Amino acid sequence: MLPEPLLEIKQLKKFYDIKTGWFQPKQQVKAVDDVSFTVYKGETFGLVGESGCGKSTTGRAILRLQEMTSGEIWFQGENIAGLSYEKMRKLRRKMQMVFQDPYASLNPKKTILQILTEPLRVHGLYSQEERVKKAIEILEIVGLSEYHLHSYPHEFSGGQRQRIGIAKAVILQPELIIADEPVSALDVSIQSQVINLLLKLQRDFQLTYVFISHDLGVVRHITDRVGVMYLGKLVELAQTEDIFTDPKHPYTKALLSAVPITHPDEEKDRVILAGDVPSPLNPPQGCTFHPRCPDCMMICKTEKPPVIDLGNHVVACHMYST
Amino acid sequence: MNQTTITSTGVNPHPVNMLRKREPKWQSFLRRLLKSPTGIIGFLIILGVLFLGLCGPWVAPYDPNQAELSKKLLPPLSDGHWLGTDQLGRDIFSRLIHGSSVSLIIGSCTVLFAGLIGTTLGLIAGYFRGWADIIIMRIVDVKLSFPFVLLVLVINAVMGAGLQNIIISLVFAGWIIYARVVRSEVLALREKEFILSCIATGVPRWEIILRHIVPNLFTPIIVLSSLQIATYIIAEASISFLGFGVQPPQPAWGNMLSEGKDYIFSAWWLITFPGIAIVITALGVNLFGDWLRDVLDPELKGN
Ligand SMILES: Nc1ncnc2c1ncn2[C@@H]1O[C@H](COP(=O)(O)OP(=O)(O)O)[C@@H](O)[C@H]1O
Ligand SMILES: [Mg+2]
Repeated sequence: MLPEPLLEIKQLKKFYDIKTGWFQPKQQVKAVDDVSFTVYKGETFGLVGESGCGKSTTGRAILRLQEMTSGEIWFQGENIAGLSYEKMRKLRRKMQMVFQDPYASLNPKKTILQILTEPLRVHGLYSQEERVKKAIEILEIVGLSEYHLHSYPHEFSGGQRQRIGIAKAVILQPELIIADEPVSALDVSIQSQVINLLLKLQRDFQLTYVFISHDLGVVRHITDRVGVMYLGKLVELAQTEDIFTDPKHPYTKALLSAVPITHPDEEKDRVILAGDVPSPLNPPQGCTFHPRCPDCMMICKTEKPPVIDLGNHVVACHMYST
Repeated sequence: MNQTTITSTGVNPHPVNMLRKREPKWQSFLRRLLKSPTGIIGFLIILGVLFLGLCGPWVAPYDPNQAELSKKLLPPLSDGHWLGTDQLGRDIFSRLIHGSSVSLIIGSCTVLFAGLIGTTLGLIAGYFRGWADIIIMRIVDVKLSFPFVLLVLVINAVMGAGLQNIIISLVFAGWIIYARVVRSEVLALREKEFILSCIATGVPRWEIILRHIVPNLFTPIIVLSSLQIATYIIAEASISFLGFGVQPPQPAWGNMLSEGKDYIFSAWWLITFPGIAIVITALGVNLFGDWLRDVLDPELKGN
């Protein structure tokens, strides 16, 4: 069976105009620069990269929570990039978001009951009593109980809050959930519980995930395919196993070698990244990774790398151009 | 949060939550009020002023405008006049009671209308930004460059004296502080992730404003109002003191001060009692406002 595309991102760009001073010309931060990828129905697509590389911006632009500079977002065969607030609002029943900070993303003045019934109410689903029933149902599914209905977000622990945030997204039974670092604000001991909850919900509700993270261990555990981002660009995209066992891009190799070795017999050449992430305000010429690249060639300093398809494994690097 | 262990007897493991569900709002309000000494004091002062303002005519021992020159400038506690009499022999206590209704009307009407106008404009400026924001904030900036009382005085001088006009001039000068506070609150709120989360959920725009932004404005507006009521009462007193505002012989705390100022050395009680009335009322409103702010914040509840 051929996988069915659910979401297609084409040449997504998001530039921020930055004014550095009165008489300086306007500068641009290229937070997301020409990113394209496809997410298939039922899969978990991972988006990884160091902090500041544009993962959140990409996730928010896909859900139109942030205006983008240009690009197309095809969801279930429709380009949603230009939809009005109201049309987009109706579509949101099918595409939901789980935020990084579960405390900031829940209104502190609302009870759990109000938080969980709101998605159903604004989409005109069910009667008032049925909505309460649904809220109780979903609370139990995410591992909380009816007794929590009248509590406020501040009365819960971080892990419980994130369960509520997840419940709020899942209660609409959407097709797609974009989870922006859903566990990185949590205690390590809680992280795996929440990850397991996400996996269970995916099975029970046939969800498609875009999972944004900088934690490679988690990404390897739950994603099917991974896109690696660096300074607003997608540098490599492949099946998760291929990325982790046979990385192509020097940046991916460096990123992976920074992860602690999980199996003692797993051999690794350590690549240490030289220098810091360059400022997105003045990204380097040519390949944006070249100042830190251990395999840098002459061409990398002047020319942008082409996107090369190595058969289900896409990489943007001059090393692989023939 | 504490996880109580579920007992085999089927006892409700979360008694606190069940309690909150059943307890009526006014009851929990009273229970919490009784725990706060300053809250009670503020509440009692406000109740007292409300009572005097509403029932003044039946409570006051004398007619506030009945002049009796033979009894002028009597000191307190003489001849049945608890707080003494003024330069025309009118009973000061009765005049204070009647004057409280002026302060009450000024305080409540001004806060209500200035609050409504300022909040609406601040909300529009902060949420929709753009040209509406630019125009509204320009007006606010220009008005802010005048001292509040001076602005009220000028407007009042143009419009003419009288209770209704002083309220209009106070509202005219008073809405800007609401607009400013509300705008900056809304600017901060709309960047909050839970507002982004509302958009992601699919909440209609007007519902985001009414259900998620406005309720988060209550606390700052109430705190601001509790300070503003006092400011308005004092402003009215200042304006009346300067001879605008509420005109004699209608008693108001401000014009009582004004009329009494000539006797400051010979008959101290003429200005002392209206002064004390103003201070106590302002204090009471502030104490109550402070307490209310704490109660309205669910994050502080139970602490
Ligand atoms: N409102 C903004 N104005 C200017 N630059 C921004 C803004 N928001 C994000 N950025 C920049 O865009 C880049 C990408 O940010 P983000 O998407 O949050 O990265 P990530 O989620 O991968 O950590 C960063 O360099 C950040 O500084
Ligand atoms: Mg991020």
